[in-house]
Amino acid sequence: MATNPAALDPRVKPILVQGNPTLHKVTDDISKITEDQTPFKWYIAIGITSTITLILLAMLTYLVFTGIGVWGNNVPVAWAWDITNFVFWIGIGHAGTLISAILFLFRQKWRTSINRAAEAMTLFAVACAAIYPLFHTGRPWRAAYWLLPLPNAYLGVWPNFRSPLVWDVFAVSTYATVSALFWYVGLIPDLATLRDRARGLRQKIFGIASLGFRGTARVWNNYEKAYLILAAISTPLVLSVHSIVSFDFATSVLPGWHTTIFPPYFVAGAIFSGFAMVVTLMVVARWALNLEYLITIRHLENMNKVILATGTIVGYAYATEFFIAWYSGNPYERFIFINRAFGPYAWAYWSMISCNVISPQFFWFKKLRTSVPFMFVLSIFVNIGMWFERFVIISTSLHRDFLPSSWGYFRPTIVDILTFFGTFGLFLTLFLAFCRFLPVIAMAEIKGMMANESMHDAVHGTSYGPAPHDPAVPEVLEGGRH
Amino acid sequence: MATEHITNTPDIAGRSVYGVVGEFERPEDLVRAGEDLHHRRGYTKIDAYSPFPIHGIDDAIGTPKSILGYIVFACGLFGLANAIFMIWYTNGYDYPLVIGGKPLFAWEFSVPVMFELTVLLSAFGAVLGMLFLNGLPKYYHPIFNYDRYGRSTDDRFLLVVESADPRFDVEEVMRVMQEVGAVNTEVVGS
Repeated sequence: MATNPAALDPRVKPILVQGNPTLHKVTDDISKITEDQTPFKWYIAIGITSTITLILLAMLTYLVFTGIGVWGNNVPVAWAWDITNFVFWIGIGHAGTLISAILFLFRQKWRTSINRAAEAMTLFAVACAAIYPLFHTGRPWRAAYWLLPLPNAYLGVWPNFRSPLVWDVFAVSTYATVSALFWYVGLIPDLATLRDRARGLRQKIFGIASLGFRGTARVWNNYEKAYLILAAISTPLVLSVHSIVSFDFATSVLPGWHTTIFPPYFVAGAIFSGFAMVVTLMVVARWALNLEYLITIRHLENMNKVILATGTIVGYAYATEFFIAWYSGNPYERFIFINRAFGPYAWAYWSMISCNVISPQFFWFKKLRTSVPFMFVLSIFVNIGMWFERFVIISTSLHRDFLPSSWGYFRPTIVDILTFFGTFGLFLTLFLAFCRFLPVIAMAEIKGMMANESMHDAVHGTSYGPAPHDPAVPEVLEGGRH
Repeated sequence: MATEHITNTPDIAGRSVYGVVGEFERPEDLVRAGEDLHHRRGYTKIDAYSPFPIHGIDDAIGTPKSILGYIVFACGLFGLANAIFMIWYTNGYDYPLVIGGKPLFAWEFSVPVMFELTVLLSAFGAVLGMLFLNGLPKYYHPIFNYDRYGRSTDDRFLLVVESADPRFDVEEVMRVMQEVGAVNTEVVGS
């Protein structure tokens, strides 16, 4: 059963792990990535990305020592690349928790191969996003007083809880914390596996990191409960975060921002961009780490279907915005949308439309959504398109104020550009470090899926690894299945 | 290997016995053996080690239901109460400022922060509660004395009858383990 011709037939139960590996092979293949000698290509890759990270550090240092005037945002476009990039990175961070929480509750077993890496990606994306609100204050060491309700003699007042910007602080920091907890809880059993394979100092490090985890029935019982609860509370959380980010815009009275469609539209866009980033990274990671049998074409195809669905929702939202601008009869609203499509930022608008609305439609074709080079290129287009979406929303609503005397045109400075470029360095450096030092696939989960599926299928004669020495399934198993 | 029984009795003189370990190759063997030991032979201090959660093992060896849900619920309520108190105290009581003509305190604008803090505290409750119920972090456990313990986080399944079990008898448990199909049986010191 190495390759099943029906593997891509939606009516047939999907083969989520190809080639029937033994449980030990799965443990070994994933653990070895962290145990073997570091491959040379990894040094090259991290050399490049950490150099780019240095550019980020240089730009932020320059900003702190000079002032935020080094960025191009100014009246009338007082919010520009900083918030564009913040929303861009936060959006990317949505895929991880969506995969780990929502797909878990929906019992989508294919998530098992990709959830660890997607969650890690979420954390790194949120770290990149956090740079912008912190540094746009100009004095990041004082940001805590402005953002959090900390008693202090320096400001003397409390944050204003009527402001969506304060809600945003709570939403994003909760999201970062809960995502980190979720990721760590998922890692604990795998860290224990690495501990038990190691000797000496490495064993001690992983022993402490895994908190002395032992996989007893009672431990797993509490553990699974904790995992389920985390999934259940992360599901509304992931939907709330981008909703609250969209409140930053929607609660203002600016034409183009003041719409009720923003929360669902932002959430769909976030999932769209997040999945695109997961596809971009997974296509490279599965090839570089030889994990094609665990992260199969089936997994990539499923993600591409999500990209197609959410991309279509985003396209529909664009159309609705235009319809409402016309239907509302509000001349300011109407002006903003005509200006958006045909004004000075038309180039950005049409880049967004071609990347976000047109390009995902190619995924209707099975040949294209199962072609690895094609999906890689397309996922990058989606990332570009989603960056343009945020830029278009922010700049076009701001640059032509109610009074034509205060019209302007935003141009990024070189510091803007290099800072944004640098965040990709940070993101990729962290991801490369993760791939090298931690198990990129949730071993315990994927083995559990293989074995529990095989116990279920034992009667039908399909199973993982060598033939079982007793195919009979105890009654309690049949009863224990959902 | 599959049918051959290995019986090791290492020298644990001078140490008390933690229990008898039986090793199994497949999850279904572990469940069947656990069921046999618990339901048929009446052992109660049983623990089952597996590299991943197994469906049915809790019923087989009589693991009680997790009470984690109650802990998380309490933590969530605590987070919610905190949020309400914090917003009311800071904006409505300690330093009232009228901004945009909005009320000093109202539940409507408090909803996002109330929700986020409920989730945040629930998440901490779930993780710390899970660790507490599992007695983690823990640096040492007698099961680590079992030579092949490492396999239980890889691809093997262990059943342990602890010496604290009222029916515990080394010879007897060793024999029973082999009877229910353990591929390796060993007495482990504490």
